[in-house]
Amino acid sequence: MTTSLIPQLSLRFIPVWRRNLLVWRKIMVPSILGNFGEPVLYLLAFGYGFGQLVGDLGDLPYMVFLASGIICSSAMYTASFEGMYSAYTRMSEQKTWDGLLGAPLNLDDIVLGEIIWAATKALMSAAAILVVATLLGLVSDPRALLALPVILLAGFTFAACAMIVTALSRSYDFFLYYFTLAITPMLLLSGVFFPLEQLPDMIVILAHLLPLVHVVEVVRPLMIGEWPTHVLLHLGVVAAYGGGALSLSTWLLRRRLMC
Amino acid sequence: MDTVALTNDFTAQAAGEPHIARACGLLKRYDGETVVDHIDLEVRPGECFGLLGPNGAGKTTTLRMMLGLTPPDGGTLHVLGEPIPARAREARLRLGIVPQFDNLDPDFTVRENLTTYAGYFGLKGAARRQRVDELMAFANLGQRENLGIEALSGGMKRRLTLARALINHPELVVLDEPTTGLDPQARHHIWQCLRGLKQQGTTLILTTHYMEEAERLCDRLAIMDRGRIVAQESPQALIAQHIDPHVLEINGNAAMRWLDGQADDLPARAHRVGDMALLYCHEAAPVLERLERAGLRYLHRPANLEDVFMKLTGHELRD
Repeated sequence: MTTSLIPQLSLRFIPVWRRNLLVWRKIMVPSILGNFGEPVLYLLAFGYGFGQLVGDLGDLPYMVFLASGIICSSAMYTASFEGMYSAYTRMSEQKTWDGLLGAPLNLDDIVLGEIIWAATKALMSAAAILVVATLLGLVSDPRALLALPVILLAGFTFAACAMIVTALSRSYDFFLYYFTLAITPMLLLSGVFFPLEQLPDMIVILAHLLPLVHVVEVVRPLMIGEWPTHVLLHLGVVAAYGGGALSLSTWLLRRRLMC
Repeated sequence: MDTVALTNDFTAQAAGEPHIARACGLLKRYDGETVVDHIDLEVRPGECFGLLGPNGAGKTTTLRMMLGLTPPDGGTLHVLGEPIPARAREARLRLGIVPQFDNLDPDFTVRENLTTYAGYFGLKGAARRQRVDELMAFANLGQRENLGIEALSGGMKRRLTLARALINHPELVVLDEPTTGLDPQARHHIWQCLRGLKQQGTTLILTTHYMEEAERLCDRLAIMDRGRIVAQESPQALIAQHIDPHVLEINGNAAMRWLDGQADDLPARAHRVGDMALLYCHEAAPVLERLERAGLRYLHRPANLEDVFMKLTGHELRD
């Protein structure tokens, strides 16, 4: 039971997911305001402030470029925060998971439920950005809607990676290492704020070993009304990270909690 | 087909009396240290079964294994007919858990705690509402149903945890130190609830280190020490088997000097702990006479479960 590396996938993740949704509903208003407020601030501050200096990237206004990048990085941050701080709180401080384990649920159901919940929050944040970007006139092609399922997958992957960190963590302080050593470099090296081609080849190759750049390379064309290329390859990398991280985090958490 | 039927019959016969839970040779090691050491135990339908032992005896680990929350390192385990841990989830569908430390959901109100928990068991709609109403009445938390968990006292939290454990009409309720840290009123209330459950035919398994709790509630007990079961019987049988019926407690320097002065013919078994001694005897009169003659103060009481417990597990401190 503890030894299998393959997590048990079951629809029993739904009650766990629904529990988190019910709690979220209590703080829905500030949460939604945050979802809208943050991208507005980023787009206006960076877009106008920075965009004046940068001008257009090819025939792409900087604001449009930035909006299609931020929708990806915001999904990464939302899913990572939820998978670390919030999930860790429920596991360790609040003992919510212990309560769930008293019900007919397995740890695998809980881990999957938490990850899908974090992906859902990433999706909500991305949807808010899409609305803001549309209102600001940065998005006009309906293909942009196709970015949302990609974001859901990305949210799953980043949440699953965060869950590995949660499984290894003994306190909240540990999460800072992951942010400093993984999330921030990924944010800077994935073409969110500037085109990746600006960087040396070596770094571009390294960046492609990480998942975020693949998300950006599918989402950005969709946001600006083009069809992305190498879709299967990009999504394959993201999904492989997601599947691998789900397995590893479930295995680590079983070792930590079911001992 | 026939062979299968025969095998099943054989297994049922081999199992003997019906049981709610049965462990054979159950073993658990942590880092090479044996925490539960090949124990056998059997819990029968409708009884209250107590697991007693000093801290670190292996009680909680045994319970966790029975619930499928800790995989055993050896032995076999069945709870409600399900092999554990293979089908622990299925067993948990039919049992209730009161953990040692409350793990009520602090993100929900009192009532929501029951509603969401009912949801985990697949209860929906009117049936769920009705069950939650029943349990709100059972927990006697009517006026507090919309408060957060942090607004509850320790006793109220326990009541709510017990109510939550009953959400699925369990056949078996497993309680890990259900009354630790409660005031006497709250303890009596929990005991009353547990007796009520037993009357309805619910099987109870509980751990405790309160002997009076075990003596009051339990039909049968297993006393655990250092991962082993050192006795398994009814409280009355344990007392009758392991200890003389009369206990005389004496203390102080004078009493100890008197005890040292007694020849081997004292008709009692003396057990010394520091500057006090317990004299266990079959007949009290001859010992009492000697104590009176020496002018010593004493306490005369019937032997109880605590005496058995101390005899079997020793008097030294456990941490």
